[in-house]
Amino acid sequence: MAFAESRDQSARSPTEAQARRSMLLTALYIAQQQHGYLSDEALRRVAERLNLSLTEVYSTASFYTLFHMQPVGRYVLQVCEGLSCHLADGAERLVDYIERKLGIRVGETTPDGLFTLQTVQCLASCGTSPTLRVNDELYENMTPEKVDRLLDQLAMR
Amino acid sequence: MMAEKILLRNVEIPNSERIDVYLQRGGYLALHKALREHTPGELIAMVKRSGLRGRGGAAFPAGLKWGFMPQDSQVTRYVCVNTDEGEPGTFKDRLLVERDPHSIIEGVIIAAYAVGAHRAYVYIRGEFFTGVKRWMKAIDDAYARGFLGRDILGSGFDLDLTVHRGAGAYICGEETAMLESLEGKRGEPRLKPPYPAQIGLYRQPTLVHNVETLANVPHIVLRGPEWYAQIGTPESTGPKIFCVSGHVNKPGNYELPLGTPLREIIYDHAGGVRNGKRVKAVIPGGASTPMLTADHLDIPMSFEALAAAGSMLGTGGIIVMDEDTCIVNATLRLAQFFAHESCGKCTPCRVGTQQLVSTLQCIEDGRGQAEDIDRLTSLCAGIIGHTFCPMGDAAVNPVLSSLKHFREEYEYHIRQRRCL
Repeated sequence: MAFAESRDQSARSPTEAQARRSMLLTALYIAQQQHGYLSDEALRRVAERLNLSLTEVYSTASFYTLFHMQPVGRYVLQVCEGLSCHLADGAERLVDYIERKLGIRVGETTPDGLFTLQTVQCLASCGTSPTLRVNDELYENMTPEKVDRLLDQLAMR
Repeated sequence: MMAEKILLRNVEIPNSERIDVYLQRGGYLALHKALREHTPGELIAMVKRSGLRGRGGAAFPAGLKWGFMPQDSQVTRYVCVNTDEGEPGTFKDRLLVERDPHSIIEGVIIAAYAVGAHRAYVYIRGEFFTGVKRWMKAIDDAYARGFLGRDILGSGFDLDLTVHRGAGAYICGEETAMLESLEGKRGEPRLKPPYPAQIGLYRQPTLVHNVETLANVPHIVLRGPEWYAQIGTPESTGPKIFCVSGHVNKPGNYELPLGTPLREIIYDHAGGVRNGKRVKAVIPGGASTPMLTADHLDIPMSFEALAAAGSMLGTGGIIVMDEDTCIVNATLRLAQFFAHESCGKCTPCRVGTQQLVSTLQCIEDGRGQAEDIDRLTSLCAGIIGHTFCPMGDAAVNPVLSSLKHFREEYEYHIRQRRCL
């Protein structure tokens, strides 16, 4: 990006191509809803619809942690293990508890394809630890009892 | 003494996120005043006089930033709201967006009017789904009441505001990485200069502000810059939301004037250290600010006092660690965070942060060698000042500051092969 190639004073901003490219993250979210992850086929279709190369789409999608490039469970459980949650002393126990309850380790998915367990860094709820994020919902001040209830409810849905 | 709440005045009111509640509490009066009584130039001068500095971590004077935007009306300009809050220990912007989104929208409209932008974008962290919904509802309602769209309040000023959801990347909190992400690309920082005020979103001049910074703007307009500037210290004006977490009895967000002593925040507001323990270390402004010790508790939480103590105010995210905390372990966790979040664009950060993790892990696991302390120092020297964006410096801050204040803990780990 050369400095001399300065801003455009007259043309419409954003251009049609820029505006289209800006829709990529939104398009990837929509594509991911279908199978819970971004399959090669899904990436190809996003590329076609937005008139981008598959390389551009893959390169962008793989940069962001909320885009799953591999199949995941129907519910992705993310426990925050940032420093504040670690100090507040409950995050690790919550992870242990979920691991034992579901019989999987961090990074794994239950055999029925329902739950994937992950640990993440800082969900901006350092004051309400332990924190669990399930797909798009945030659950704060979690206890084993609350986890039991939540996972039972999700399993029945 | 309880100071008057300004930024958090609404958050505990039921349904505070709703536009009718915001209006009942005097919302959008500042916008009326800005559009009817002030020229853009006057508003820029007011923000300069208020002394407002950025609340996202970099503390750049807001009025100067507004002044850097070209005044030439031919050029398309943008305003971007940075809601990519992800700095460990920080949880204030999420509160504002979820509980008082209109105060930010009002700030955005005033800022856009002042710098001549007709399009503004909210970039929100992908994880904040409630925040996304609150932003969208609030924006819809602001359009419906004529605060956004064409000819706002009959002033002739037009502004469109759109929400853009990120997808999980700490680095997108860095302003140029955020712009890349808004453009639908990998969130990799751009080389600065040029700064966004020169070449920003879609290569046009762009004003980027943190959520909390913008939430100050309506108050400055309504009550005047002189009123605002008498809050805090001469160099650090205004109120600040301090997020307190870690080993405290009452973790949470506390709004206090800048310059409030750290001890007062921890003991009078956050309920003191859990189980009556003593403080060992405090991170004053989010994970990327250098650690302080119990000897620093009387420091005023101002930009200048923290800089003088070798740290930074950062985001105001205060992480308290008690006397039993293993500093090597805490530093390792922070190093792991930065290694995970390095975008990979430049080598000193990508490789350096991983090397910091492996060296710290060795020491923590009791496999450390005497030369590992020098190795940490030299790794840090290889990162500082050699990276594209400020994240490199951020990543070394916990390591260097912990070595400075707690070197004996590292030495003990290496010698005794266990925690102090």
